[in-house]
Amino acid sequence: MNARSRWAPYLLSLPSLALFGLMVLLPLALTALLSLQQYDVDVGVKGGFTFASYAHVLGDSYYYEIFFRTGWVAALTTLICVLVGAPEAYILSRMGSPWRSIFLLVILAPLLVSVVVRAFGWSLLLGPNGIVNQAFEWVGIGRLRLLYTPAAVVIALVHVMLPFMVIPVWTSLQKLDPMVESAALSLSASHWTVMRRIVLPQITPGVLSGSLIVFGLSASALAIPGLLGGRRLKMVATVIYDEYLHELNWPLGAAIAVALLAINLAVMLSYNAVLEGAYKKRMG
Amino acid sequence: MSFLILEGVSKYYGGFGALIDMSLTVERGEFISLLGPSGCGKTTTLQAIAGLIDVTRGRMQLDGRDITHLPVNQRGLGIVFQSYALFPHMTVAQNVSFGLEMRKVPKHQRDEQIAQMLKLVHLDALASRYPRELSGGQRQRVAIARALVIAPPVLLLDEPLSNLDAKLREEMQFELRRIQRKVGTTTIMVTHDQAEALSISDRVVVMEAGRATQVDAPYRLYEHPKTEFISGFVGKTNLLPGRLSRSAAACDVVLAQGQRVAVDGAAFADGAAVTVCLRPEKLFFTGAAQGALRGRIEERFFLGSQWLYRVATPLGELEVSSANDGSVPLEEHADVHLAWALDVARLVAPGLAAAAVST
Repeated sequence: MNARSRWAPYLLSLPSLALFGLMVLLPLALTALLSLQQYDVDVGVKGGFTFASYAHVLGDSYYYEIFFRTGWVAALTTLICVLVGAPEAYILSRMGSPWRSIFLLVILAPLLVSVVVRAFGWSLLLGPNGIVNQAFEWVGIGRLRLLYTPAAVVIALVHVMLPFMVIPVWTSLQKLDPMVESAALSLSASHWTVMRRIVLPQITPGVLSGSLIVFGLSASALAIPGLLGGRRLKMVATVIYDEYLHELNWPLGAAIAVALLAINLAVMLSYNAVLEGAYKKRMG
Repeated sequence: MSFLILEGVSKYYGGFGALIDMSLTVERGEFISLLGPSGCGKTTTLQAIAGLIDVTRGRMQLDGRDITHLPVNQRGLGIVFQSYALFPHMTVAQNVSFGLEMRKVPKHQRDEQIAQMLKLVHLDALASRYPRELSGGQRQRVAIARALVIAPPVLLLDEPLSNLDAKLREEMQFELRRIQRKVGTTTIMVTHDQAEALSISDRVVVMEAGRATQVDAPYRLYEHPKTEFISGFVGKTNLLPGRLSRSAAACDVVLAQGQRVAVDGAAFADGAAVTVCLRPEKLFFTGAAQGALRGRIEERFFLGSQWLYRVATPLGELEVSSANDGSVPLEEHADVHLAWALDVARLVAPGLAAAAVST
């Protein structure tokens, strides 16, 4: 192999590498640098090098509470998306020819509407005089405080994230040989056993990648917690937003952002290692 | 009473009859092949027996029990699918074990049966492999083992060899027959390959446009095809249309150009339109004796064990095959004389599907 052909692959991937570097690595590096700079209430960002922002985050239980809340809201959203999205994808894959395309469009349609618009839509539905509360009153449950609670955030997040669960699961269902289910039935398995022992293990990779996407996006969601959680129910992304734009404490905002990134990465990588590792051997 | 009985089983999709009035009786331990071109209803028949589709009409009985409307997971039949349909997330042993687990066979007994079955299909060394780590032939044997381990009353094979290459296919044909003989399971196999059907079945069901047109032992099927279609589909054949002419002394077929061929035409009336079937291997080259047919070799093909000649004769172009016995073959464009024994010419009614006759 001569020198030119050895360098060709690198040269060819240079444009995408440049784009990746410019759009992802550079802002990340700048954020990381920013998080290490000093901050003064009177002056603003002062430069210099300090871990003060990190120490501030680590030393205040207020932030622990926010991180914990963000964690369980994202985890609950993921869980509900799995429970709703996986059966939804299965039903979708079993539909006849015209209905399948129609319902796939129905599932994907929300992606065409801005998250902000959808969040406002939910705040209308879940508000004190919204349709949901009117329905509750009608069936005799009485009005519930939904808006500006974690419940509202989870409901809206599930709505937004569902397509990200349905699509990977649907893709792995597409790879399923329908005859495999018939084979299990012919060996006297009940429909429930076929689902549990044949279908579910085979779509697990899809469920895993779907839940990684949903968890990652939910943990860093801004618009939905911001609009449906209100001013008091803070999540990590809304706190970062506040630090940057209201408190103008950029180093602290950057430090929280870096911490969120690190925690998100740690959760996703360990989840991947623990669960997907178990399936990699089987599914190839 | 027969082991498996199909009575007038039909399957319609809207107005289209995929399977029309299929009646068949299968004895215990028999190996039956359903043979036909694609779309002839052979797979539909298999799926109806398996319970994978609901039949529109008709009844099915297995060992004296009506199974017509029994769901697939209560029939207990062994099925080998065309795609094998192995469980990709389970090892070979787990695949084979699945049916036994569903039958609540205790663990130690299960392990024993799995080991025994894997030995039968020569896969004992690969028990802990996953299906994707196996070759096509090995996968096929896993599928057979998985279907047989539950000791099904009937084994159903859907084109089991079609995904294998030619050499392996031939090996697996005999392997399949060996396994079937050993376990003695009544077997029904769907195939579109006539050589496969002839070589391993006890009886062959030829199907055409949703109907069974002939059910016979392979040798009889080959030697006495009932229709033009069958004579063309099962093996090669030369078809000569003509009209029967019966006199006190002899029975002849008058062909299109007025030539007469002596035949045994007991089943046909005088003057009936008939088709004479002559198998290429029943024709032989001879000297310029009387009664021999003059011809000229147009093309010659070498098939390894035999030579195939296309010979232009006054009766039309005939295919002649002769064994490659090591002697020098005839040259192309040579003038030859053809003859055949009187009793090898078969008569069939001219097929309605004459246009479909190919191969």
